[in-house]
Amino acid sequence: MSDIKIKITDREGEIHEVDAPTDMNMNLMEVVRSYELAPEGTIGICGGMAMCASCQCYVKSDHTLPEKSDDEEAMLAEAFFVEDNSRLGCQIHITTDLDGLEVELAPEEA
Amino acid sequence: MITTDILIIGAGPTGLFTVFEAGLLQLKCHLIDALPQPGGQCAEIYPKKPIYDIPGFPEVLAGELVDNLMDQIAPFQPGFTLGERADTIEKLEDGTFVVTTNKGTKHKAPIVAIAGGLGSFEPRKPQLENLSQYEDKGVAYMIKEPEIYRDKKVLIAGGGDSALDWSIFLADVASEVTLVHRRNEFRGALDSVEKVQHLKNQGKIKLITPAEVVQLQGESKLEKVVVRKTDNLEEIELEVDNFIPLFGLSPKLGPIAEWGLEIEKNAIKVDNALDYQTNIPGIYAIGDINTYPGKLKLILCGFHEATLMCQSAYQRIYPDKKYVMKYTTVGGVTGFDGSKKEAPKAVVKAIE
Repeated sequence: MSDIKIKITDREGEIHEVDAPTDMNMNLMEVVRSYELAPEGTIGICGGMAMCASCQCYVKSDHTLPEKSDDEEAMLAEAFFVEDNSRLGCQIHITTDLDGLEVELAPEEA
Repeated sequence: MITTDILIIGAGPTGLFTVFEAGLLQLKCHLIDALPQPGGQCAEIYPKKPIYDIPGFPEVLAGELVDNLMDQIAPFQPGFTLGERADTIEKLEDGTFVVTTNKGTKHKAPIVAIAGGLGSFEPRKPQLENLSQYEDKGVAYMIKEPEIYRDKKVLIAGGGDSALDWSIFLADVASEVTLVHRRNEFRGALDSVEKVQHLKNQGKIKLITPAEVVQLQGESKLEKVVVRKTDNLEEIELEVDNFIPLFGLSPKLGPIAEWGLEIEKNAIKVDNALDYQTNIPGIYAIGDINTYPGKLKLILCGFHEATLMCQSAYQRIYPDKKYVMKYTTVGGVTGFDGSKKEAPKAVVKAIE
């Protein structure tokens, strides 16, 4: 059992510091959902297949993240509100390297 | 007016399997779906992806699962209203419901089963200030009649299959086709990518990448768009008659949210202790669209919910009839088309 700390700014601007388990095969989108930091139905719509951008977030800290897959790259090319530090939460696996990660959820697409 | 026993809204796996369970009870079904083909998300979003948690299928592609379900329900001759979105519901004095689609098709049934998944799939619209002002005045999110683009100057935005395919198609119809995409790379069938490359070399398609449309202009209709290159921020003004953003589809709960159903967390609350009925008697919600304590959005849970829901629907339609559940292995499956499937009979014969 090893948890890491992640700082997540929700869509209302509120900051949450949460514990995320590294041994439950979770990704960042699932962490956000498990703490209900965004209403159900507005995040992780495609279930984590990098096929919608509802879990888009901006990475604020300078952690080294895994490279984007072609699918994530392509989805971000079609998403809205994309910035240079945009990632899809569902493609970021929770590992011990990510302790102290800071992210902000991107706005919900209208 | 289309009449049926159970009107199913949503033709995803849960909606399709409902036809089978209803058929075993001799109840007829009709399905409405906003997408042009049955299968819901399985067909629209991830047909080529494998699913590993369908009981009895160690691995099945989502598209195959849909094909199998269509085969399985074929004997029960379901009706389909595809490419139309269920918009309004009205309860008649006799307790039956009339559901009308956005195209005005009316359906009448004593039972409505909402198997709407995440909602109906609507085109994703780019975030442009005055976009809605030009809708149907030069801006469209899907191409219904390609002929209206004949000899027009058309700008398509997007980087997926539909953007590529329509650019190719319209290259022969429109007077000018410009394709704008945020990246240099396109995500589509190799064949389509190569065709666009070819048409670009021939000068039949103008390609602007990496770039995005940032502004729309025009008096009473769309006349001009401003495209900004995302690498050097250069802005290009283009005279166009039509702007077609093709950014895929995203699900929206949509008009169902206005039907007076109890909604929680973007889903419809149902009675999971009994029959997945909503707060309106006669309207059920099954599959990903419903919620109750402990809900899991899994296809296999949708199948279970559909089965129990059909029993309850039967009792509502025939309150005086008694029904005893019969295994398909024992009773076989008798289709409305006259087909009959049953277990082969054992032979009773002496061995000499």
